[in-house]
Amino acid sequence: MCRLALKTASEPFSPFSVLQAMEAMQEGYDGSGLGLLLRGLHFTDYSYKAGDPVLSGIAHTEGALHRLNAMMQDLGFEQKYDHEFEVDFSKVEAADRFKYILRVYKKPKSWENFSEEEVEHELMLTRLALRKDGEENGGDLTAFSFWPDVVMIKEVGWPLGVGEALGLNTNRINSRVCMAQGRQNTNWGINLYACHPFFIQGIGTMTNGENTAFIPIKDWLTGRNFPGYIGYQSDSEVFAHILHYVTKQLKLPLEAYKHIITPLKTAELLEHPQGDFLRGLRDACRRLIIDGPNAVIGTLPDETCLLTMDAKKLRPATIGGKPGEWAIASEMCGVDAMIPDRDQSLDYQPMRQHTIIVPPDRQEFKIWSQFDQFPLPQAA
Amino acid sequence: MVSIRSIPATPSSLTPGDLPWVIEHREDRCTLCGRCTAVCPVNAIKLTYMRQRMPKLVLTSTERGSSFRTFVGIRQKTEIKNRCIGCGSCEMVCPNAAIKPQPNTMSDRFKFQNTAGGEAEKRGGRRNVPGPNLLDKIIFNRISMLTDPALDAGRHEFYLNTLLGRVLSPEEYIRRKTTGEWIPPVREIFPFIIGSMSFGALSPNMWLGLLQGVAYCNEVLGIPVVMATGEGGCPPWVLKSPFLKYIILQIASGYFGWDEIIRAIPEMQCDPAAIEIKYGQGAKPGDGGLLMWFKVSKLIARLRGVPEGVDLPSPPVHQTLYSIEESVMKMIQSMSMAWNFRVPVYPKISGSNSAKSVLNNLVRNPYASALLIDGIDGGTGAAYNVSMNNMGHPIASNVRDCYLDLCAQGKQNEIPIFAAGGVGKNGNVTQNGMGLIMLGASGVHMGKFMMQAAAGCLGSESNRCNVCNVGLCPKGITSQNPKLYRRLDPDQVAQRVVDTFMAIRTEMKKIMAPLGRSQSLPIGMSDAIGISDESAAKRLNIKYVC
Repeated sequence: MCRLALKTASEPFSPFSVLQAMEAMQEGYDGSGLGLLLRGLHFTDYSYKAGDPVLSGIAHTEGALHRLNAMMQDLGFEQKYDHEFEVDFSKVEAADRFKYILRVYKKPKSWENFSEEEVEHELMLTRLALRKDGEENGGDLTAFSFWPDVVMIKEVGWPLGVGEALGLNTNRINSRVCMAQGRQNTNWGINLYACHPFFIQGIGTMTNGENTAFIPIKDWLTGRNFPGYIGYQSDSEVFAHILHYVTKQLKLPLEAYKHIITPLKTAELLEHPQGDFLRGLRDACRRLIIDGPNAVIGTLPDETCLLTMDAKKLRPATIGGKPGEWAIASEMCGVDAMIPDRDQSLDYQPMRQHTIIVPPDRQEFKIWSQFDQFPLPQAA
Repeated sequence: MVSIRSIPATPSSLTPGDLPWVIEHREDRCTLCGRCTAVCPVNAIKLTYMRQRMPKLVLTSTERGSSFRTFVGIRQKTEIKNRCIGCGSCEMVCPNAAIKPQPNTMSDRFKFQNTAGGEAEKRGGRRNVPGPNLLDKIIFNRISMLTDPALDAGRHEFYLNTLLGRVLSPEEYIRRKTTGEWIPPVREIFPFIIGSMSFGALSPNMWLGLLQGVAYCNEVLGIPVVMATGEGGCPPWVLKSPFLKYIILQIASGYFGWDEIIRAIPEMQCDPAAIEIKYGQGAKPGDGGLLMWFKVSKLIARLRGVPEGVDLPSPPVHQTLYSIEESVMKMIQSMSMAWNFRVPVYPKISGSNSAKSVLNNLVRNPYASALLIDGIDGGTGAAYNVSMNNMGHPIASNVRDCYLDLCAQGKQNEIPIFAAGGVGKNGNVTQNGMGLIMLGASGVHMGKFMMQAAAGCLGSESNRCNVCNVGLCPKGITSQNPKLYRRLDPDQVAQRVVDTFMAIRTEMKKIMAPLGRSQSLPIGMSDAIGISDESAAKRLNIKYVC
């Protein structure tokens, strides 16, 4: 089973502290891998300029690295920083790792007049082109994310071991948000793309449990013909894509996510102040209803963090912390490990109707209930 | 050997052994009460005098060697119109277990002769293909165990309903909500629907029993069951009652009953559940409806606006329509307009290779609410044997093709596909229905199954009974003859409807819980099903399991 940990703090911290929390939750997983997402980056040896896209991935061969360099150059990207991980390859389980990529680029000059939406689209297409190039060359290039202020690392092995192998304990990279997941998808063959967190256009989610409604959801998302809705090596990838669809495509507030993945029952909607709108929304998005058991933990580009679960609540998760610093984990011991000096009595485990939202100011977390008034403007 | 002329033989002379059902009568148990002959709907048996020789040993030459006794016994008639239909009514009423029909495995001579007067064979009922059909062979094999625990069918809450109606894409829904434009009507209904059986085909008692049961399911049990009328309208009191909301009104090519419906619109207390436009039927594709004269009683004649006792064959097509585009535009929009765009309107077609093109026309029409496809195993009140046996398309691959076509367009949530034709024909109604739902149907219609489950219809896939067409239904389900339909108590039918739907609801949960599904109907969850027939698996794009 997956173990999940997310920490968000106003002051950047080392991802290694989150890996230690994973260690605290070790009883629950098989140590088959690690997925990390860092946001709100702070490098000790580089001053990161906001807005510059960061590429995360793995070049499995020297040839792949050359192709990557050539592709980025052809696309007009200018490399500003290339983070050299202090890798101890003897501690890396997999043999085919040539270089872990964490590079900061400057956007091409030709994008200067692009709208924000166009830039976001182009960034996604670039990541997809790199992924495709890798897949066409026997999987020698893996691209996890290409987005401003986001780094992703995925590797096979025990989380702490992977952290040590990549030198994450040296404090050279810190971040204000860190998501960690401790398992490769061992249900099937190991595939780095099947490892949580999943990422699309700034949105990252990770999940534990099994998504039993995966196929109908995947079929529907695939039918959108949106270039980023591909992959699905893991059934949990759809949670990231649904969040993307709701917030980016439908442009609905974050609260709508819960209404779409686990809508209220008809009788409950009849009592709801915006029941009429929400019922129609439920019908229109019926194929996106999840069936759990899942806890979904995610982050948005503005560093908002969220936690929510399926309607049967068979995978609980806990949030705890203090103003300026919050931790979400699938196990309470994970929260303890990340923020030991907190008032535990204020920890919270959301119920089936709740979405926990930690806004970017991180002063307090919001417990939003589906039974509350829905914050949508005109439509509702 | 005697002269042939002394034997009463014609080309069509048959013996009981040539008929599909042979009466087995035990004279030693018979009390000659006559109940069997009175109850037989086709007069297949008669009480008759018979003579038996009583041989005895006589030693004197003045007396004859034998004497005779005369007695009354039961004999089976061999005329085609009186052939035994195997309904078993005689067995049901016999106080002494002295009589029963037995299926005859050597009955093929009958088939060659069943064209008296130049009439091709007709019957009501079903296709008569015994044994498990493809739907019966589908198994649910994605069992939740450790990575996701199975649910508790008895204690968890399940959302089992489906949607009937045009569902907008999320983008379009939000746009229209924002601008205040029309949102198409959508009904939240139970996915097992009582399929179209007309008020003329069914007896008044059967119809009333079904409606009572449906109302109870909705109003007491909270199972939102709906039933479809079939062609021929609806009794006026129902049209003006609050029960109309549980009824899908059908308009077919004869437009029977629509005078009454249109006239009742101003007095309707609520809208009907939906309007079904029948273009085709699975049991007799390319044929119109057929209500034979036997069943056109005074009441039926009044509802349909026709004289009593005449055959009512509906044309095979809607005469006012020229093409599918026109049909969709004209009829769907006209019917929508009649209820001011508050009622879903959808077409019913027979399973066909051309179903996908119909579907794609519907996709492009903003008023089309759904598509109902009726497969070859569908039943009917009356049809030519050749239509029922050999015309049509099996439902499974037809629905699957259409669903995958919608998926490719990303529109599988917008036009729900409903499936019919053989659902539950061997009694496995929930398994059949859920199989079709996982292949992509949003719900299923069932007709024969409801007649069997709710009213004890005697029909079976072994050519039993099947006289719905001539109004002689021994149970009073498909007859307009009061002597027959008074055999059926509407309250008892209602009770059976309720029992049936409660059982289906439980079985749905017992299927969904192990799959880990409870929050939405698993439409298109094709990863959950498998079949041990490799070519069927390939054709349906599901797992082959062995």
